[in-house]
Amino acid sequence: MSELRELYQQVILDHNRKPRNFRTLEGANRRAEGYNPLCGDQITLYLNVEDGVVKDAAFQGKGCAISMASASMMTGSVSGKPEAEAVALFRRVHAMLTAEPTGEVAGDGLGKLAVFAGVREFPSRIKCATLAWHTLQAALSRAAEPVSTE
Amino acid sequence: MITARAFKASDAPGMRWDVERVRKDFPALDQQVHGKPLVYLDNAATSQKPQAVIDALVGYYSRDNANVHRGVHLMSERATEAYEGARVRIQRHLNAASAREIIFVRQATEGINLVMATFGRSFVGPSDEIVITAIEHHANIVPWQMLCEEKRAALRVVPVDDRGDLIMEEYARLLGPRTRLVAITQVSNALGTVTPIKEIIRLAHRHQIPVLVDGAQAVPHHQVDVQDLGCDFYVFSGHKTFGPTGIGILYGKETWLERMPPYQGGGDMIKAVTFEKTIYNELPYKFEAGTPHIAGAIGLATALEYIAGLGLDRIGAWEHGLLAYGTELLATVPGLRLIGTARRKSAVLSFVLDDIHAHDLGTILDHQGVAVRAGHHCAMPVMQRFGVPATVRASLAFYNTPAELETLASAVQKALEIFR
Repeated sequence: MSELRELYQQVILDHNRKPRNFRTLEGANRRAEGYNPLCGDQITLYLNVEDGVVKDAAFQGKGCAISMASASMMTGSVSGKPEAEAVALFRRVHAMLTAEPTGEVAGDGLGKLAVFAGVREFPSRIKCATLAWHTLQAALSRAAEPVSTE
Repeated sequence: MITARAFKASDAPGMRWDVERVRKDFPALDQQVHGKPLVYLDNAATSQKPQAVIDALVGYYSRDNANVHRGVHLMSERATEAYEGARVRIQRHLNAASAREIIFVRQATEGINLVMATFGRSFVGPSDEIVITAIEHHANIVPWQMLCEEKRAALRVVPVDDRGDLIMEEYARLLGPRTRLVAITQVSNALGTVTPIKEIIRLAHRHQIPVLVDGAQAVPHHQVDVQDLGCDFYVFSGHKTFGPTGIGILYGKETWLERMPPYQGGGDMIKAVTFEKTIYNELPYKFEAGTPHIAGAIGLATALEYIAGLGLDRIGAWEHGLLAYGTELLATVPGLRLIGTARRKSAVLSFVLDDIHAHDLGTILDHQGVAVRAGHHCAMPVMQRFGVPATVRASLAFYNTPAELETLASAVQKALEIFR
């Protein structure tokens, strides 16, 4: 049960129950769709990027607790960041989630996002946590096609 | 806490079913996962294998392994005898009129694709129609969509009611002069609905329309008699019926199989080859190109004999009792909604919780040793029909126990505690 508590921490459950930035974004100039066919997680991400800075980020969609909490916290943490920093954050979160379970926890300096470190103990759920971040990367690189975790 | 009554003998009337003895036949059931005893409730995805099947595979590879239908040596003769013997054993299990009507394929999916590619391409044309239902597995949807696109034919879908039963009046209305085939499941994998398959076949035959039955979820639980059903084609997978993966059966009425062109070209499906012309082999070899899955065929025949030995009536009665008990147990869980409550149901409990996504629930159950499927069950249109993104599905087999269902129900309760 302790591993499960590690996965479903209160922060994650709270963001799942009350996702932040859960709305469409008026005047968004970037938009990307993300889909995880394994469990049907689906999100639409809206960004407002001005002068190389993510001014605002919001999302809509439905899915499991991990995917919803991840999207909620991702949008919160990239708002106000320069694009390059947002991409760097994507890389660090991705590294944390896909690291060997036995390796060092690479969550240092990720702040609140470190709550997702427990996900790497659950290989079938990693894609749920990375979906929002892959969608972010697609939105920033202006990819028009929906991203899929498959 | 579990408040439903305990499992009673009357749940499975007249039964003397020594489930603990049956479980000993399945070595994979006796293990721990995440430190908990395994509760395997994912039988509609694939079933576990009895020792008899494992022994048949080991025995074949240890003693008789050789190619079939071509060697003059003794081992090849033994392999051929075992392979063709398996065909006859399977023919008897299904009560097919002839072993020529039993085609070995990889699984139900390939059986359907074979019929699509041979029957479909020969007998379906522009503006023709194929009738399927709203509760089909993707394997019985996508091949027909591909055919319809290729031939500019139309797919017609029989709707289901809120319980998951087919609306038979609509089915009868869809049958017409343009209908070339009815392709329909006997048991829904996602909901457990048992369709009125004999009535479906009878109505189609009134219009001289042939019927393909997807029996992937039926053969593991019911005695299937293809002559009694009167179906034109019947497909199922070995691995869902306690046999090996990579082997399945297409039964087809000889009159249809004779009129259909071959499926794949290659060795074994020919009588004579020159660069000018090839003469195809007779049934069933016309549809079996290349070296077949010899061990799989032997393993499948062994699996069918194993369940016949236990008694399919007794299996059905035990599973019926489990289903009734499991339904009652889950009804005590707050916020739990069963998806699929058909009047006649196979042992499938598909459900959703108000506040927990199926995938989260699947993970939490797994960590308590309970293996279920969480997702769309390769039946996305079913999920759309019932307005859910996914369900958790506990699918039972005759080796499951009432105690395992209690573990399932209390594991769901634990999930509610974690998410509280």
